[in-house]
Amino acid sequence: MTAPTTWSPPRLISNPAYRHAATFAVIAYVVWSLGTLEIDWGRVSQGLPRAANMFARMVPPDFGRWELLGTQLLESVLMAFAASFVGVILAVPIGLCAAGNVAPKPIYLAARLVIILSRTFHEIIWAIFFVKIVGFGALAGVLTLIIASTSFLSKMLAEDIENMNPGQVEAVRATGASFPKILIYAITPQVLPRYLGVSIYRLDANIRHSTVVGVVGAGGIGQVLAASFSRYDYDFSLAILISIIALVFLGEIFSNWVRGKFR
Amino acid sequence: MTVAEHATRHPEVWRRFSPRQTLTRYAWYLGIVAVAVISFGKLDITWEYLLDAHVQAADLLVRMYPPDWSYAEIVVDSLLETVHIATLGTIATLFVAFPCAFLAARNTTFNSVTWAIGRFILVASRSVNTVVWALIFVAIFGPGPLAGIWAIAARSIGFMGKLTAEAIEEIDQGAVEAIEATGASRLQVLWIGVLPQVLPVIYGTVVYRWDINIRESTVLGLVGAGGIGILLYSSMNQFRWDEVSVIMISIFAVVVISEFVSATVRKRIT
Repeated sequence: MTAPTTWSPPRLISNPAYRHAATFAVIAYVVWSLGTLEIDWGRVSQGLPRAANMFARMVPPDFGRWELLGTQLLESVLMAFAASFVGVILAVPIGLCAAGNVAPKPIYLAARLVIILSRTFHEIIWAIFFVKIVGFGALAGVLTLIIASTSFLSKMLAEDIENMNPGQVEAVRATGASFPKILIYAITPQVLPRYLGVSIYRLDANIRHSTVVGVVGAGGIGQVLAASFSRYDYDFSLAILISIIALVFLGEIFSNWVRGKFR
Repeated sequence: MTVAEHATRHPEVWRRFSPRQTLTRYAWYLGIVAVAVISFGKLDITWEYLLDAHVQAADLLVRMYPPDWSYAEIVVDSLLETVHIATLGTIATLFVAFPCAFLAARNTTFNSVTWAIGRFILVASRSVNTVVWALIFVAIFGPGPLAGIWAIAARSIGFMGKLTAEAIEEIDQGAVEAIEATGASRLQVLWIGVLPQVLPVIYGTVVYRWDINIRESTVLGLVGAGGIGILLYSSMNQFRWDEVSVIMISIFAVVVISEFVSATVRKRIT
């Protein structure tokens, strides 16, 4: 009997025929899809010199209009705070309704539908709709972020409630407690710590999103950024980008710090 | 023990928190409410607009019905482009994200400088939103799907790189040492010792990110980077709300299907 002298790591698809077919399919897809896309290669070939030119004009970043930068950045942060607050409150009833083990079936289905509908559409799409409804400005941005946070938080809350320990609910129910009492004494203590953690995470996410909804006119630093790009004002764009990255970074540090405290 | 002492130690009514804990908790709540009130106050919001918001929203919905289904033909092409942008962007990410992940993982990086470079690329990529990346790439490559593909790739590098780097840091070091003991080169150690251990994570992350990218690529068109967003924007600007509803329904369908596909594939892999 001869032992094999070479070894190769096990593959995801063990049958070589299927594996090669899969590789071939991926390559065929890339070729086909690149062919169907309408790409103006002439324009693309100018890309590298254009990029070089753009970066040359970006450096050094122009912080000259720091007052405008500061107010818009502050507006983004305020939008994030305001929306997170409303979202955290709104998500509690919706999350409760979307938990299969607590809510009756029709309410459960309705709540799940609301969550799916609001989660499916990207924040930017919500933002354009709100701009059409309430006009340009921070209000549209706040409403957008409220929708985004509520759907995210209520989904997380519903999952937590579904995964909680039913023993405590039964124990409290056995004392003859009414539903509000079960909610306060059996459900809340189990899900609250995690919900607070997720809320802080969402605040961090809202800060990130509040910097872009402005691109479609919904307030915050995004509108200044979009305007600077369309005016080829690249040194100001870089200043804005650096500020956004710094803000996002601070938000992440803050969120990690607070979540560390909760644990 | 007097009766009074006994009563304080074993109260009739059970309370979860001591009065002090309750007080600090309420102080926190008060602080949070204060921040929210100040935020709303400082924001430049015209509340009158909110008063007739429901009228405006209802008006939009009425105008969106019935959907103009004849528009669906144009939508399908554009929807296909959206999926292509997401898929090609995800594939393009792979080529940059994994080298960066190996640099950003402490146990596979060369030295602290390469580690810092890897981390910096991943953080910078994640801090900038896809839409902002799209603004940059539209300025470079001109409007069109290619800018969208690069924008998707640029944002995904940080996401996939970070998750992969974390997976690399958590691998079983024994396998790596065993390969090293055979006298394998550094590349061979990575290929045989490290890669097979993180492959399941990589496959899972790729599919997960692809699903997120489908959702992101639906809005790239708003800044000119291709996909269905272009149609959405132009229909909205022409007040063709019956076309907008067709677009919204199709976006909903694609996002829900991709989420389903991604969830099924991930369940089979892991």
